[in-house]
Amino acid sequence: MDRNTNVLIVDDYRTMLRIIRNLLKQLDFNNVDEATDGQEALAKLRAGNFGLVISDWNMAPMTGLDLLKEVRADARLKNMPFIMITAESKTENVVAAKAAGVSNYIVKPFNAETLKDKIEKVSVHA
Amino acid sequence: MPDGIPGDPEGDRVEAAVRAVLGSMSGDLTAREAALLAELEALGRTIARAKAEIAALSVDDITGAHIPSATDELDAIVGHTAEATNEILDCCEVLERLQSQVPADAAAALQDAVTRIYEACSFQDITGQRIGKVVSALKAIEARVEAAVSNATGRPMAVPPPPSAPRTEGQELANGPQLPGGGSSQEEIDRLLASFD
Repeated sequence: MDRNTNVLIVDDYRTMLRIIRNLLKQLDFNNVDEATDGQEALAKLRAGNFGLVISDWNMAPMTGLDLLKEVRADARLKNMPFIMITAESKTENVVAAKAAGVSNYIVKPFNAETLKDKIEKVSVHA
Repeated sequence: MPDGIPGDPEGDRVEAAVRAVLGSMSGDLTAREAALLAELEALGRTIARAKAEIAALSVDDITGAHIPSATDELDAIVGHTAEATNEILDCCEVLERLQSQVPADAAAALQDAVTRIYEACSFQDITGQRIGKVVSALKAIEARVEAAVSNATGRPMAVPPPPSAPRTEGQELANGPQLPGGGSSQEEIDRLLASFD
């Protein structure tokens, strides 16, 4: 994936946003913006020009899964690579995310290599 | 009556009702009927005692002090671990800035160490979510205790439960971190996703 891609990271834990941002910086992604729930993320996605979303699931008021559905229902955003990065590790969560059109799924706690690998994989399919 | 609850109007009513039945049936009772009445009386007393005990619960202590105090303590744990994690991240960012000032092999070692610290720091998110689940459980217990006391005493609940709003699929499936063995590993998730392709 082009390292100049605008990336939106979404998580309600600011510490996690900081960790993901720093890991992305190590991967040479420097154009990173943040949102702390699905609603804020959707507003930023609709107003901006992003090439990748990395989102948590468990947020209020709009969850990551609901954000994913909104993205896939939006004519301009529907092909956006969308990686779910979450502590939700039940099979039913993965199946629901896949049904909603998730590009890849990372379970927390995760390592930097997994993040790099999933970003590369969604680039291939984008 | 041998085991009455002093000043308990519910118990008094049970006693009066049983006495009235006994009085009206005097001389006509069989041993089985008398035993049945005695059982009814005991049952009525048990119910009255249970209601009195629920009413005597220091529910205001539970809902007004113990549970809010416990949830505050848990919130403080989340706050303190977040502060500590951010301190660690501050230090990591300093180390990253120093990478350009050291030889390449040392810079690579620094980067590797910092990456591992970042990975380890994600514990704060997981522990925060686990503590959030405990806080939700405590609040559910608080609401149930208050509802039980309200039912037993007729005392209105301090804050009636809000009507439950319809939940999205994302909210329904938001269960937080699982206990060991309760969820899937990254490898299992990768295999599951690959099975859809």
